[in-house]
Amino acid sequence: MERILCLLHTQSDGTLSQLALETLTVSSTTAAQLPDAVLLVGILGTATQQAATQIGSCGANQFFIAEDPALEKGSYHNDTNAAEAIAKAAQATIIFAPADSRFNRMISGMAIRLNGRADTHAVAVAADNGTLTISRWYYRQRIIAQQTRQQRPWVISIESDTAAPWKGDSKTVDATTVSFAVDANTKVIGTIAPENTVQTIKPDSPLLFVAGAGWCKKQSDGQTHLLEAESLILDFVNRSGASLGSSKSLVDQNSEGEAVLGCLTHMNQVGQTGSTPRHPKGLATCCHGEEPHTVGWRFITQRRAINTDANCGWARGKTDVLYVADAFKVMKILNDLLK
Amino acid sequence: MPTFQIIVCAGIVPEPLQTLEPVENAGKYALKNEAMLPMIIDPWGMHALYEAAHLSKTYPGSKIYLVVAAPKGKLQQVMMTIAQKVPFELIAIDTPAGGFTEAYEVAKALEQAIKSIPALDMSQTLLFGGWESASRCSGATMQMLGEMLGITEQFQGVDTLTVKEDGSFEIMERVEGGLHQKSTFDKLPAVLGWATGDLPEPPNNPQIGMMNMRGIMPSIMKAKKEDLPNEGIELKSCEVPKALRETKIVDNMTEEMIANEIFTWIKKD
Ligand SMILES: Cc1cc2nc3c(=O)[nH]c(=O)nc-3n(C[C@H](O)[C@H](O)[C@H](O)COP(=O)(O)OP(=O)(O)OC[C@H]3O[C@@H](n4cnc5c(N)ncnc54)[C@H](O)[C@@H]3O)c2cc1C
Repeated sequence: MERILCLLHTQSDGTLSQLALETLTVSSTTAAQLPDAVLLVGILGTATQQAATQIGSCGANQFFIAEDPALEKGSYHNDTNAAEAIAKAAQATIIFAPADSRFNRMISGMAIRLNGRADTHAVAVAADNGTLTISRWYYRQRIIAQQTRQQRPWVISIESDTAAPWKGDSKTVDATTVSFAVDANTKVIGTIAPENTVQTIKPDSPLLFVAGAGWCKKQSDGQTHLLEAESLILDFVNRSGASLGSSKSLVDQNSEGEAVLGCLTHMNQVGQTGSTPRHPKGLATCCHGEEPHTVGWRFITQRRAINTDANCGWARGKTDVLYVADAFKVMKILNDLLK
Repeated sequence: MPTFQIIVCAGIVPEPLQTLEPVENAGKYALKNEAMLPMIIDPWGMHALYEAAHLSKTYPGSKIYLVVAAPKGKLQQVMMTIAQKVPFELIAIDTPAGGFTEAYEVAKALEQAIKSIPALDMSQTLLFGGWESASRCSGATMQMLGEMLGITEQFQGVDTLTVKEDGSFEIMERVEGGLHQKSTFDKLPAVLGWATGDLPEPPNNPQIGMMNMRGIMPSIMKAKKEDLPNEGIELKSCEVPKALRETKIVDNMTEEMIANEIFTWIKKD
């Protein structure tokens, strides 16, 4: 009999994130599909009772909460202590947790404390014929595998969009409070926006706009046009509400001391050694569309690109539409339309 | 001035322009022609190494150990490209490469290797690695290794480490929405899984290369073999999904027409 623990943390306002609710759907669906499985919920953070009430009607047999001001923001030491205490109190054999930065920091370490194993970044979970199987990507979104595991506890982190967010009535529940040791070595000061990037990275935007190194290259007049490039990019991002991504070549110029666009940092980089954002649409400009870049587009559904080169990487099946054109000219007109 | 013992753990991965295809052999997966693929040090592990080099330069007397679990033959090739960049002592473990190895087993092998470092002072130890490999992409190994070594200060997606005047440390970790989480801590040891950081690639220095090579070859020769059996885990399928789209190449529209078409596309739900 599997004891399935859905391990969550509260956000600073005491609510549960969308990804937390998606993880709850995965957990309750799995509990319903596996014979004799029991659903348990564990919540760490602050205002955990409020969060438990938010999902009180999810059908869990038991709720566990670990609460302390030290858990308001995530740190490895305290999160791991709290999560370990919850998992042990719940005697969990399978633990689902959201793959957000807070839990990505600690769930594999927690698995070691539980003498278990961890598989991270699951994008699908199935429980056919009594066997739990997960799907996850290898080699930066190039190879996908379906896998299962014998060891227990088995800790699995869930990526966003794996399931619909759980919906249901709130209900007061009688949660079991779990105690854990609080440590003061690490102090979390808070979150900080790297200079200039605060408004440019928007995970919830329907559109990703990628700027490539072509924006800083010499154009047909033999000159670079950095100021114009930067203003076209920022105008577009501001007017369209798009999230700003970049190729590696463009952001690398920053650390190598070349002429650069100040609005971009490594945080904007998409691809092999950058991010793999999720947006319904993506528009690439002045970017060649090489494989190490486009692996970061795995979860961009509709894709368009503007490049002066009809033979660039995008032309080889990486985008739905490739406009062979000068992005400087197209973006200027597009920005006027968006005014 | 403090001194540090910086242990950098980094695997090796195929050079990213290579085409990758999984092949099955007796229920286990590997990459087709894996032995022939050109390899590089895992990129985020490489950043960790650059950060270690920077720190040890700033705090003279510090020492860098580079711990690599990889097939012996490949390791020699990869070392050629990094040996000239950063001074380090290599500790090699002869293991299969690849994403389909199990993070727990790799962490165990690394743990044994690190425990064999003579006179390791944990109160001076920084355990560095990439926050995720480019092969398994799990972000699990460093955390597991940290736990196995009893290290409970851990940070992932690190872009900046600052040693403060009072000897404490300040860390910037990547979190959602393009933000950094800033934390401080007082005491080592600590695990840092590095993201890109801020440092450029160090230039080649033949003198460093010569110094490193003296230790690298003996270390590779005596690398302990670990099989990494992937116990308890079964891959039921493993494939390269069909990624190719039918690209429409538009080369006969004016900039106005293109801008209008993109405008309509953006606005459409
Ligand atoms: C280990 C490793 C990891 C890597 N990781 C990443 C990664 O995470 N992300 C990433 O992006 N790359 C990554 N790369 C690099 C990748 O291989 C490419 O070098 C990089 O993506 C190229 O960036 P780019 O397309 O912006 O630049 P370029 O290749 O220089 O292309 C510029 C493009 O701009 C076009 N252009 C110029 N002017 C105009 C104009 N006026 N209008 C329209 N088009 C114009 C040109 O035709 C050209 O196609 C990695 C490489 C390695 C080795």
